[in-house]
Amino acid sequence: MLEFIVNHRREVATLTAEHLWLVTVSMTLAILIGVPLGILLTRRPALKAVILGTTNVIQTIPSLALFGLLLPLPWLGVRADRLTITALVLYALLPIVRNTYIGIAGVDAPVREAAEGMGMTSRELLWHIELPLAAPVILTGVRVATVITIGVATIAAAIGAGGLGEFIFRGLAMVDTHVILAGAVPAALMALLADSALGLLQSFIQRRTH
Amino acid sequence: MLTGFSQAFSSIESSLPVSDRSQPVIQFENVSYRVAPDRTLLENLNLVIHSGETLMLLGRSGSGKTTCLKLINRLLIPFRGEVRVEGTATTAWDVVKLRRHIGYAIQEVGLFPHYAVEQNIALIPKLEGWERARITARVAEVLQIVGLPREFAQRYPNQLSGGQRQRVGLARALAADPPILLMDEPFGALDPITRAEIQREFKQLQQRLCKTIVFVTHDVGEALLLGSRIALMESGSLQGIYTPHDFVNSKDDPVTPYVDAFRMSQQILQQ
Repeated sequence: MLEFIVNHRREVATLTAEHLWLVTVSMTLAILIGVPLGILLTRRPALKAVILGTTNVIQTIPSLALFGLLLPLPWLGVRADRLTITALVLYALLPIVRNTYIGIAGVDAPVREAAEGMGMTSRELLWHIELPLAAPVILTGVRVATVITIGVATIAAAIGAGGLGEFIFRGLAMVDTHVILAGAVPAALMALLADSALGLLQSFIQRRTH
Repeated sequence: MLTGFSQAFSSIESSLPVSDRSQPVIQFENVSYRVAPDRTLLENLNLVIHSGETLMLLGRSGSGKTTCLKLINRLLIPFRGEVRVEGTATTAWDVVKLRRHIGYAIQEVGLFPHYAVEQNIALIPKLEGWERARITARVAEVLQIVGLPREFAQRYPNQLSGGQRQRVGLARALAADPPILLMDEPFGALDPITRAEIQREFKQLQQRLCKTIVFVTHDVGEALLLGSRIALMESGSLQGIYTPHDFVNSKDDPVTPYVDAFRMSQQILQQ
């Protein structure tokens, strides 16, 4: 396998970069959508069942099927990367939305009462108290979502969006374990690296927020 | 900076003119509060709290003391009637302005765990847009008022004892120098020795601060020690208002059990 990777190092590098790009763009979008959605749930509890239910259902759709379901959509189906990023964002939403909600709802009641009682506005409460205190929990959600996204992104190759899945599908077609591993091992390493990097960030934040 | 410091100091130390003394600061007018049609926590309450006095709300758990307090800073809104702060109904106040006008200290303190003591105290002045030098001076000042050494400013809440936390909570409530203080069993969770110490200091502080204070307690001794008047609550209604002196001499039905209980603990000391 090592021999194969060394021989194809340029292709491995390109596909890794593609993979990383898909994951980075998707995660950025998922955080930009998921965290505000989670905050919205703490302000409008009536939406909780709908939003958490929907993201939950999305998560249960098998990934290959989700790609297939999105294919006929007008703007999305045209380009493989658009479609892939949409699917990845949808998958990453649940852990981010849920953990943002749980993190903020988990702020100690006396802390919240003191903050409200001393006259903080809802926005001040959010920025000064709730988000800093919920940060470790939100980051856990981001960590889980990142690992999921790196894994699911390998399926993107099935619809021609590139990434390390290329090797996996090629290897499956050729019944060549070396080729499969050339895709699977870097993807696994990427997931491990991302997980421990976010873990470090998390313990740093936790130390700051106690 | 020095002048700012002494100015801030004199502003809290200056006592109110005598004519202000009788002016009602907080008024409850036929106030009822209920959480459900069949669960009324407060029934037809009428109460006037004057400027500069310390009114103790005394009663058992569930008697409506805390509900009363939360109606003042609009954490709760009356179901019927009106609560007026400085003549204006709480519902007509801008809620943020109202609450920043009123210091609030609770038993669990609710310090912000991710902020050092200094940041906890400085938060409202900061949000109010005070200058940095003024904030620094004020933090030093209120720490001194509540009897904490200056180096505590850099500590985090989890590095403090229960008594120290309560002092920081009080310092935070005093930070923006509000004319009204609401205190919900602030010393209830402290060990007896620390509690006595803080009560004693608070007693001295009251005269210096000259604030209108509403203080919730279930401890008769505390009510007698700290109150200028005691409002006795029972199952959501006001039983009567007494000066500490009238309270111990009262023959009223709802009062006697409290006084008896208090006498009993005193008798043990005298034996």
